[in-house]
Parts: sequence; structure tokens; C-alpha cells
Amino acid sequence: MSDPTFRDTTLTGATPRESESPVLPGLLAATWLIASKDLAIEFRTRTAFFSALVFALLGLTIFFFAWDPTAVAAIDLAPGVLWVIFTFSGLLGLQRSFGVEQADRAMDALLAAPVEREAIYLGKAVANFLFVVGVQVIAIPAVALFYNVPLGSIWLSLTGIAVLAALGIVAVGTLFSAMAVNTRLAELLLPMLSLPFFVPVVMAAAQTTSRLLAGRPEAEAWPWLRILLGFDLVFVVACAIAFPYTLDE
Amino acid sequence: MSAALQPKSQPQVHRPVVEAEGLVRTFGARRAVDGVSLSLGGGECLALFGPNGAGKTTLLRLLAGLLAPSAGTCLVGGVALRADGGRAARSRVGLISHASMLYAALSARENVEFAARMYGLRHPADAAMRALKTMRVADRADAPVRSLSRGLQQRVSIARAIVHDPLLLLCDEPYTGLDEVGSAALTEALGERRAHGAALMLVTHNLSEGLALATHAAIMRRGRFVRYEERGAVDGPSYASAYRELVTADV
Repeated sequence: MSDPTFRDTTLTGATPRESESPVLPGLLAATWLIASKDLAIEFRTRTAFFSALVFALLGLTIFFFAWDPTAVAAIDLAPGVLWVIFTFSGLLGLQRSFGVEQADRAMDALLAAPVEREAIYLGKAVANFLFVVGVQVIAIPAVALFYNVPLGSIWLSLTGIAVLAALGIVAVGTLFSAMAVNTRLAELLLPMLSLPFFVPVVMAAAQTTSRLLAGRPEAEAWPWLRILLGFDLVFVVACAIAFPYTLDE
Repeated sequence: MSAALQPKSQPQVHRPVVEAEGLVRTFGARRAVDGVSLSLGGGECLALFGPNGAGKTTLLRLLAGLLAPSAGTCLVGGVALRADGGRAARSRVGLISHASMLYAALSARENVEFAARMYGLRHPADAAMRALKTMRVADRADAPVRSLSRGLQQRVSIARAIVHDPLLLLCDEPYTGLDEVGSAALTEALGERRAHGAALMLVTHNLSEGLALATHAAIMRRGRFVRYEERGAVDGPSYASAYRELVTADV
């Protein structure tokens, strides 16, 4: 994946300061470099993570107090609440994703660096994915606690659904975050662009979770799971390909 | 002056570091860069002057690979530079801008080390410290960038731009915000890069600052070079009055 043709000093007569010859990072290495940089920034500031977490917990609390247990069973309500909260708290992380590149035009340095444009998208997507999963790790047990739903027997399946849902939302959201960041209404534009695309993910995740919680046969969840898998496959590839075009001025 | 009339410098060694031919960049109907050709060899420095909106920064962004040209070609070290690809060419270019291009939450060292890793240096930590030392800001290496003054941030930004020893260094108002120590460090760093065979393009509004470093000087207006000459042919006072005339011509 690396590009060994880096600096042919004989072309210009230039002499390098050090004898070492650099090796350009390949797609995966550059992806991880960008992702780890974004995570380091988030770890230092913690603003987006705590905002998303507080939003998720407040949302849960509001839903909890608005809930009439005699009208709707917890097992019917919990999946919807979980994935709605997951979607909106994820948006907070996506909002921040390209925002950190805007201040002082750090994006210019990324674009001038000898890495593939797709690596920028993938790096951002990986960081966003870990961000969203981090929020879920706290939000899912909180939902179980608030609504007293037993997750013990389905936690592995639920983890799989959460990962697939996070992947879909991050794939689309990262692309739209890049598109929206240069606009004056970025904070409004990102949800407006993203939410219609999130509908299939939220529906599939909620329906699958609901069937698992109700103890229905796994076969009943498969059609929804297939939608989730198909969405991820199509949008991860399509968004990575489309991303370089969003950078054109 | 038409693009065809724009003189090209004579490279001192082998092939030129940068060769641009008929570069055009349009934004809608506006031609921000309109058929610019230039050639710079190792050790040469082009000082580029011009009024606001003349296309200087757009030209630098084209040469840095940040923008795709609407027409024309550009080679850096003999390798084609394209905005969507051209990784090998981009790896030879360093860009200093008036924007710091740094991450405020990371330390100076982390910022420069991140750049070193992105350029594939084998010892990024050592290279980062060396660049920070060159810009005389190594004593603040572990301070978060947000805690540094504007001038110190600019020094870190320059360290980020030179960490990979670029063959072509594009400088857009690089002295902005620098104090005496910072300016001296930058001049020294630029001199060292040129001694190692790098070419420089320096965009500035300060004629004396630009001419002090230049081997070539150009004035840009409405996307074109309206003057382009070797430094030896430039007479300071008459050049300054010619520049003022050109700059105020549109007002």
C-alpha cells in the first residue's frame, strides 16, 4: 500500500538533510493516522463526547417520564427510544468531525499531504465510528436500566446490530459532514441532509432489536438485518468514492 | 503580457524543481489564474507581488495540489501534480500560509509529528523536534497550540511545513505575526532549504522583504504575470513605483 517513489533528489540536485528515504503512508496507514489524530483531539477536549452522552441520557430521561407503562409495554418502546437517541447523539459527533479541520484551515494541510483523499474520509469515518460506539456503550445499558428490559440473552446480537447501525450512520454522516462544513448553515444542513438517509438504518435496527427483545425467532429479524447489511455495504463504498468530489472548490 | 511572453528562468541544476505551463483556474466565469507559466530551479526563489485578488494565493494553492487547474500542467521535481492524485509530487511540496493549519487542542510537537507521519518520515519524533528547533520554538514543544501566541503558532506552522524537507516551498505571507527572532529563524530556514536545492515561491506585499530573498521577481494582476524578471534586473525604487502604479491601476 505504500509508495516507495518519494524523493528522487537526482532530478533537482537537491540533497536531503537526512539519509533516510521516507515511505509514503498507504491508504490504511493514512486512515489510521487521521483517525488517531481525531481521537486524540476528542480525548483532549471531550466536548463532543460529553455533549452526546448528556444528550443521550437527558433524552432517555425525558422519554422515560413521558412514558405511560399501562399504555405501551417497555419492550415495545425501548427499541425505538434507543435508536432515536442513538441517531441524534451520533449527529453531535458527526458535526464535530470536519469542524476541527475548519479552524485555522487545517484541512488545507490534510489535502496538501501525500495521502489519498479516500484516506481522509475513511480516517474521519473510523474516528466517528469509535465515537458513536463509545456513546452506545453507555446509552444501551442505560436504556436497559430505565425500561427494565433484559439484555442478558441478546447482548451479543444487540452488539452486532449496534455495530452495523453505527457503520451505516457514520458512512453517510461523515460524507454529509464534509459537504456541510463549508456552508454557513452547517449545523442545520447536516441533520437535514443526513436524517432522510438514516431512516432505513433506524427502522432496520429498531425492528431487529424489537424482535430480539420479544424473543421472536431469529428468522423474523433476518429481512431487517439484510437491509442493514446492504445499506452498510452500499453506502460505505459509495461515500468513500464520492468523498473526493466534495472537496472540489 | 500574454502567457507566451512570460519569461522562464534558467534552471541552475538539472531539471527545474517546478515547471508550470499555461495554468488556468476559473471560479465560475472569473479566471483567478489566467495562463501562468513559470519554471524554478533548485536554490531559486521567486518573489510574487500583486494587489489583493490578483490570483497569488490561488496560484500557490494550484502548485500545492489543493486546487485542480482548469487548464495547464504543473510538474514538481518532474512529477505531475494533480489535485486528485499526484501523491509523489505533493510529497515534495511544503506550504506556509497566513492560516496556521494547526490543531489547537494538540501540542506543537504533536502537530508537527502528525505532519511528519503523513509525509512518511521514518523518525517522525526526531524530525518534528528538529523542525521545532529550527524555528526556535522547541522549548514550547509540549504546550497546546491554543496556549501559544499568534507568532509562536506561526513558527510551529512553519515547522510543520518544513518538517519533510520539501523541494518546493510555497510561502504565502510567511512573516505575518513573526517577531524578530521568528523572522530570523524563518529566513535562516528558507536559506538552508535553498542551499539544499529547494525552490521557493514567496508571496508578499512587502517589496523589500521579498526582493531580499528573491532570485526572480514577478508582479501578478488579474491572474497573469504582468512583470517577471531576474532579481539582478530589478531596481528597487523604480520597481516599487512600477508596483504601486500597477496595484493602484484598478482602484
